[in-house]
Amino acid sequence: MNRDEFVGANRALWTRVEGMLDRLESGDRYEQELAELPALYRRCCHHLALARQRHFDASVEARLNRIALRGHHQLYRKRRGNFAADTLRFLGAGFPRLVRSHAALFWLATVLFYGPGLVMATLIFQDPDIVYTLLSPAQVAEFEIMYSDGPEQERGSEGDFAAFGFYIYNNISVAFRTFAGGILAGLGTLFFLIFNGLFLGAVFAHLTHAGVADNLLAFVITHGAFELTAIVIAGVAGLRMGQAVVAPGGFRRVDALRRAAPDCVGLILGCTALLVAAAFVEAFWSSSVWLPAEVKIWVGSAAWGAVGLYLAFGGRGGS
Amino acid sequence: MAWAGGRELGENDLRIDTERQRATPEGVTLGLRVAGPFARGLAWLFDLMLIFVALFVVLLAASLLGNFGAGLAMVLIFLVYWGYPVAFEVLRRGATPGKTILGLEVVHDDGTPVGPRASVLRNLLRFADFLPFAWGFGLMSMLLSGSFQRLGDLAAGTVVVYRNSAGTDLPDLPNETPIPPPVGLDRQEQRALIDYATRVPTWTGERAVELADLVVPLTGAEGTQGVRRLVGMAAWLIGRRGTSA
Repeated sequence: MNRDEFVGANRALWTRVEGMLDRLESGDRYEQELAELPALYRRCCHHLALARQRHFDASVEARLNRIALRGHHQLYRKRRGNFAADTLRFLGAGFPRLVRSHAALFWLATVLFYGPGLVMATLIFQDPDIVYTLLSPAQVAEFEIMYSDGPEQERGSEGDFAAFGFYIYNNISVAFRTFAGGILAGLGTLFFLIFNGLFLGAVFAHLTHAGVADNLLAFVITHGAFELTAIVIAGVAGLRMGQAVVAPGGFRRVDALRRAAPDCVGLILGCTALLVAAAFVEAFWSSSVWLPAEVKIWVGSAAWGAVGLYLAFGGRGGS
Repeated sequence: MAWAGGRELGENDLRIDTERQRATPEGVTLGLRVAGPFARGLAWLFDLMLIFVALFVVLLAASLLGNFGAGLAMVLIFLVYWGYPVAFEVLRRGATPGKTILGLEVVHDDGTPVGPRASVLRNLLRFADFLPFAWGFGLMSMLLSGSFQRLGDLAAGTVVVYRNSAGTDLPDLPNETPIPPPVGLDRQEQRALIDYATRVPTWTGERAVELADLVVPLTGAEGTQGVRRLVGMAAWLIGRRGTSA
């Protein structure tokens, strides 16, 4: 059979399959006729192999290639699960397990984040002016005003919501950048972990020095449990990627990255959930003025305990 | 034996065009034409314009809502900045509006449609690709990777390809008296002749002549006569006989 006979004999089949693919691509999935598609698709694949082997001209092969490509897209599409249920199950068990399976990196990220903060704080306790190496005088003044006597008055639910929006935008973006920087041989993650650690250490130490530490602690302790842990976990995901690039083991770097990818995505998903929780707490709880500082500190301590227990024991014993 | 970067050259390394071969479970290989930095950059610019327009409208509306609007605006900016590409890639067949305009789509590197996880990863890593400025690392990665993959694509195992590699219509060869080639041609040579004849109508006459003049020993003629003979041989090769198709 030569090229023209081949086309003449099969053109009708190809047109029919193309029509079915058109309908599938426009979202119409429930037609009886579509049950035949897999068989028809295999015949088209056979034709494509034949066209290649017999070296028919480019146009025939291109048309069949396109049918095979579109059919492949439709038939090998991943089934979408129940997104909400899957996410909940992952947060309930899979995520803490994932964090525990990266325990070494978790502690490394913890040291990289809190360590520079402690060093900075120690330095500032010895020489308060060191704070100006990291923060501009304007920033320092702003922080001082923010925590001097606690918020003057309740800013109202609208103000709370504005703050919530800002925390979502700012904090989650920081976490995402901390993670994404990991692909640059881990350097970006190192930078963001250390820089944020230094920054928080400086603010904390300076305000303690200025004598408003109680206000600050009462404000940050509750949401800090979620937010600081989330930043560390974003660091874990970034370091995991950096590890794949720097020390790929027996794999090509690209393959090592790809093997690390599912864990990284999981860690980032969990991290995002923690940060959304943190933004809620920070906007609607931490800033409320009618709550006594002692209550906030007790609740905050409980939050740290809860996050710790969740990461240490969540998902144990299940399958 | 040819080597590249310490490993043996595979089929894809030797290709001079942008088509990449992927095997399907049916035993055929699919040709995926990967998209280069220019097309992808244009798609990104379209998306950027769209985002700016959308955000402008949203911010305008939000500014009427006071503090509540400010909070809402921040959440929306966040969702648009990080979520826009993921939402479109997962729900709209692997393409943001910009990619749709350019005829591009994102697929896994085995040719299957991009899934949520790969899409999330490749789009989170856009941040690293953009560094140090103007997609610097991303561009470097695309030029070095062999399939125009930026860092996010490498980690997520995705490629950006042209959706329509060719039209579905079968263009007929130009009408020319079929003539048998004077010598036996192997399959690749036959294929080159047929491709040439298929494309002749899309070129200027000068270009067709220029290419035909490369094989004067085969056609035994120069200029347009050579072109006509090549097309005639191609017609013969696809099975036409007699004076016309």
